[in-house]
Amino acid sequence: MKKVQLRYFASVRESMGRGGEERQTAAESLVALRDELIALGEPYAQALGAGKAVRMALDQVMADGDAPLREGAEVAFFPPVTGG
Amino acid sequence: MGGPRVSIQTADFDVAAELEALRRHDHRVGAVCSFVGTVRKANEGNNGPQVLSMELEHYPGMTEKAIEAMIDEAQRRFDIFAARVVHRVGLLLPGDQIVLAAVTSSHRGQSFQACEFLMDYLKTQAPFWKKERTPQGEQWVDARVSDDAALARWGIRAGNAG
Repeated sequence: MKKVQLRYFASVRESMGRGGEERQTAAESLVALRDELIALGEPYAQALGAGKAVRMALDQVMADGDAPLREGAEVAFFPPVTGG
Repeated sequence: MGGPRVSIQTADFDVAAELEALRRHDHRVGAVCSFVGTVRKANEGNNGPQVLSMELEHYPGMTEKAIEAMIDEAQRRFDIFAARVVHRVGLLLPGDQIVLAAVTSSHRGQSFQACEFLMDYLKTQAPFWKKERTPQGEQWVDARVSDDAALARWGIRAGNAG
């Protein structure tokens, strides 16, 4: 198990009802972590579930689902970005 | 020169002062190109709901790092001297300035291109989110596939909206 810091932004933050949390996980990749969270039920399933356009960042860099997770990682979940 | 390349702030910015600071002490500069994004009163053409105000959220830390990396990439790709990005967050009203991207170079071609590159990159890769307040209620702004396509022209896959 490893400890990860989760961050939520925009519509994901609103669905989660909080801006982040610390969790223990056995997941080896970002997509495995997302699946693990969805399996917990609400509010994760609603915020991160299939059909939701969710983008991810690992240690504050945009990342694909297959990016490997390590102890102490900061993982962020958010909708497509709309700045500029 | 020597000032910060990236600023994320709630305060408004002075375009003239920013451009002056970027070019004034570098006499190699012969071209300054800038883009200013502002809040539209109606988002989807003039048929969409009226925007009363806009709230901009970002990911502190990642935002600055992401834009710094974009400027590094612009420096690699184009023959430019300096670049500056200022992006506001928080509550904004129609007509307010949102973002400034500015670039200096010897001749106009490189700074025009670098400025457009920076904005195309920022639109799909910098962690900002806009929420509009309209008479019908609040809504998050949808990402545009056309913005992904704009970045693809530079050979970079965005994967943001699509």
